[in-house]
Amino acid sequence: MKLRLLLILWTWLAAAPALAVDPREVLADPALEARARALSQELRCLVCQNQSIDDSDADLARDLRKLVRERIAAGDDDRRVIDYVVSRYGDFVLLRPRLTPATYLLWFGPLAIVLLGLLALAVFYRRNRADDPAVPAPLSPDERRRLESLLKDGPR
Amino acid sequence: MSAAVSFPMKRFLFLLPLALFLVIAGYFAMGLTRDPRVLPSVLINTPVPEFALPSIQGRDRGFASTDLQGGVALVNVFGSWCVACRVEHGFLMQLKQRGEIPIHGIDWREPDREAGPRWLAKYGDPYALIGDDPESRGVIAFGVTGAPETFLVDRQGVIRHKHVGPLTPEVWDRTLKPLIAELRKQ
Repeated sequence: MKLRLLLILWTWLAAAPALAVDPREVLADPALEARARALSQELRCLVCQNQSIDDSDADLARDLRKLVRERIAAGDDDRRVIDYVVSRYGDFVLLRPRLTPATYLLWFGPLAIVLLGLLALAVFYRRNRADDPAVPAPLSPDERRRLESLLKDGPR
Repeated sequence: MSAAVSFPMKRFLFLLPLALFLVIAGYFAMGLTRDPRVLPSVLINTPVPEFALPSIQGRDRGFASTDLQGGVALVNVFGSWCVACRVEHGFLMQLKQRGEIPIHGIDWREPDREAGPRWLAKYGDPYALIGDDPESRGVIAFGVTGAPETFLVDRQGVIRHKHVGPLTPEVWDRTLKPLIAELRKQ
């Protein structure tokens, strides 16, 4: 039992290095490498389109990773590296779209729809309560007289 | 709100979600007909980004952004591994023979130094200048996502048009030829 568990753990550990990033690409400075990895995860692979360049095995993704690392090693800050790639490929390369007036609908649209739905619900319930059959209107004087006579004499 | 006005409105209010759904579904349906691989280039009407590529084997000079000053030219991204490049190659040769426009090549990611020159020796070489691009430097400068792609650059070195996929006689007649004529007049 224990051996089997160890074996399973071992397979997990053995699988861990199966990443797209080639060991030869990795920067010597761990801090810079961490920044390169973080940036690569934000950039779309233009070949596979739904993977980041950090995940992708495509040749173009590898060359973009190399470029990101070179720029970082040359002293560019994160913003400049991202701007460089965006200036070539457009906002589409960003897996997380920037917050600009053009993307307000994208970022806030879902929230606006939820708010609209809540508003509609509130209106619906409030209106329903106003003519709720469980809370009957008070009796008119005529009805009251009839009720009293019924209670006194019973149905005729 | 008078009852006469609100009554018919209320009556059809239940159709509002359906109408909204149809509008959204319409947009999505339109989106489905578009090719996600054809991305609008952000580089149209901007100067060619700086690049300098070395020569391929058998030629004595490479290709750099400074070579694009002074005349209208095409820049074509190709590779010996690229099947669609083979499709357009015959037409590029025709353009060269007709002397229509200088075509410069970016030889992208060859498996080895000989592959590109060998391919050109076999099928013909339509290029005025060729840059070797084993690490996608030139390709990234142009925001290329796949081969073949062709750019039209004006005499100031500004990118005017990008064509994704094989360059065909139809594309030439319909888009590039009129654009080139116009750029040459300027």
